[in-house]
Amino acid sequence: MLHLTTGRVGCLLSKQAVVALTGSGARMSSHGHHEVSDSVDMSQPMYWDRLDTPLPDRPWKDVLDSTDKSLKQKEKGPWTALSKEEKIALYRLKFNHTYPEMKRPSHEWKTVIGGMFIFFGITGLVVFWQGHYVYPPQPPTFDEEWQAKQLQRMLDMRTNPIEGLSSQWDYKNKQWK
Amino acid sequence: MSLAKPAMRGLLGKRLRFHLPIAFALSLVAAAAFKYGVTGPRKQAYADFYKQYDTTKEFNNMRDAGVFESVRTTGE
Repeated sequence: MLHLTTGRVGCLLSKQAVVALTGSGARMSSHGHHEVSDSVDMSQPMYWDRLDTPLPDRPWKDVLDSTDKSLKQKEKGPWTALSKEEKIALYRLKFNHTYPEMKRPSHEWKTVIGGMFIFFGITGLVVFWQGHYVYPPQPPTFDEEWQAKQLQRMLDMRTNPIEGLSSQWDYKNKQWK
Repeated sequence: MSLAKPAMRGLLGKRLRFHLPIAFALSLVAAAAFKYGVTGPRKQAYADFYKQYDTTKEFNNMRDAGVFESVRTTGE
């Protein structure tokens, strides 16, 4: 079911975004599963590559050929008898990605940042259009003359004379300190 | 293929023993900085202002500027 939805989404978005969406999802093994490629049978044990859940319900490779089967037989004996390559082969039978491979960095951040900026740009255009076509006329209190008279009145009233506005005004010389 | 066994216990304790003294010290520094940088000068500013504050003179200045509704400007 997971594959079905992400497949549909893949038609609409770029490949990069689809990879991002399926980043941490469960995956079917590409090795010999006789299933329709799109659907996942969720009633069967699944394999997953997850950082927080290290041991999946089933090994990566279920369908073993003769070399794999003989290796698995050898695994039943003492492990000191296994060579380094054989141990690695056994690991690769059981798991798809190693932890470093799971944690490999991707180029997703470029998509994210790029998408962010695109939406910032669209929003900017919308805001500009709004300022031109939607806003009502500015109140008179924003005019230069009104603002000057307002400031003069505040100074006359001695607003915040200790640490604020009026403390910065030199009343003797009628200028800012 | 033999690595040292990593620390399995006491991880929180170790972190706290390192970070708590630093946190306490920084909080005290922040409080002291605020006291000596903000509240101290502010109290001084208020004290200095009111030391030479002539109420009547300021009232008359404000009155002449015309900001009162209850008192008319002098000479009207």
